[in-house]
Amino acid sequence: MKIAITTTGKDLSSPVDPRFGRAQYILILDQDGSLLEAVDNSPNVNAMRGAGIQAAKLLADRRVDVLMTGHCGPNAFRTLNAAGIKVVIEQSGTVREALDRLNRGEVKFADAANVEAHW
Amino acid sequence: MPTLPTSRLTGSIMIISVASGKGGTGKTTVATSLAAILGSRAQLLDCDVEEPNCHILMRPELQTSEVVSVPVPVVDMEKCTQCGRCGEVCRFSAILVIGTEVLTFPELCHGCGGCSLLCPEKAISEGPRELGVLETGFAGPVEFVHGRLRVGEAMSPPLIRAVKAKIKSEKVAILDAPPGASCPVINTVSGSDFIIMVTEPTPFGLHDLRIAVEAVSHLNIPLGVVLNRADIGDREVQRYCDEMSIPLLAEIPHDRKIAEGYARGDLLVTSASEYITLFLGMYADIKRLAGNRITGPRKATA
Repeated sequence: MKIAITTTGKDLSSPVDPRFGRAQYILILDQDGSLLEAVDNSPNVNAMRGAGIQAAKLLADRRVDVLMTGHCGPNAFRTLNAAGIKVVIEQSGTVREALDRLNRGEVKFADAANVEAHW
Repeated sequence: MPTLPTSRLTGSIMIISVASGKGGTGKTTVATSLAAILGSRAQLLDCDVEEPNCHILMRPELQTSEVVSVPVPVVDMEKCTQCGRCGEVCRFSAILVIGTEVLTFPELCHGCGGCSLLCPEKAISEGPRELGVLETGFAGPVEFVHGRLRVGEAMSPPLIRAVKAKIKSEKVAILDAPPGASCPVINTVSGSDFIIMVTEPTPFGLHDLRIAVEAVSHLNIPLGVVLNRADIGDREVQRYCDEMSIPLLAEIPHDRKIAEGYARGDLLVTSASEYITLFLGMYADIKRLAGNRITGPRKATA
């Protein structure tokens, strides 16, 4: 299982970035915490529109199974849903803490976006 | 229908945009009174499609109404092979292939047609996304055009361009621009022979005037300033105009009579007819300045 977690840094001790589409980095991890890839998301940080859609596409291309982040808008959610990626929202603390919560089964998967689309 | 003063003018045909950085400075007041004094020679086009309000003062009789839309992609999944070319070409993420699905986001689409043009399977056709309506008519002798953007729609430039497509070459076209200094303003004023910047003598008025002048400076269109409520506030706008060699076309005082007429929804030149001379003088100056582009303002320096 591949897990993507949005963050402001490049390792597991970095804090979770609450933004999905405009997060600085997206870490791709496996379930036991090995870092598979630290994706630099800067092209989407400065996108005028559609940052969430592009970030979702980036995860779909990497065949990610679960995304953990803070907020997820409707366009991003629709794209993630089409790609079959499960979404865990309202995450905070460090990347490792978020992963631990997932592994302990303390999270539930979102069934809708939790923020409005941005302009 | 309000009684409109008849035109006393003859002269060359041109396009005059009325703009401002700051909102609420008097763009519509200036645009409608300028149109009214020109009478049958004028065509007033309200390009502030998000919040058009010239009709409140002009009370036109609208005769035509048409829906304006942008083309958005419609995918025939029978033909689609999920190659993903459409998603690669769209810079607004309005279409993309995810797995075996093609997702479209019509509200992000700018209607360029690139996806349907480049689809190797010819699987993409174009359907309409309604932007708003375009209405035309007459306010007394003045030809009237305005666009009304659909509530919730964020993309106004295509509707503004549809309004401008109604400009008649045999008229003096007066374009009431939206406030600010972004795409809708540039779309409105592009192609004009002259820009009137309406502002007020306050730090806010000056601040936003500077931004608006800088935004339109690369278009190289002659411009002049109308200072509204000129006898309140400070003298900084005059100082700025001097410094930038921008002509000060008119100073309209903070006159109770004008305010009372405005509150009733009357034109400035109807409720305070002594200002007709001021507007006639302004129009004469604009004709002169528009015909002599060399005397335009210096480019604003950053």
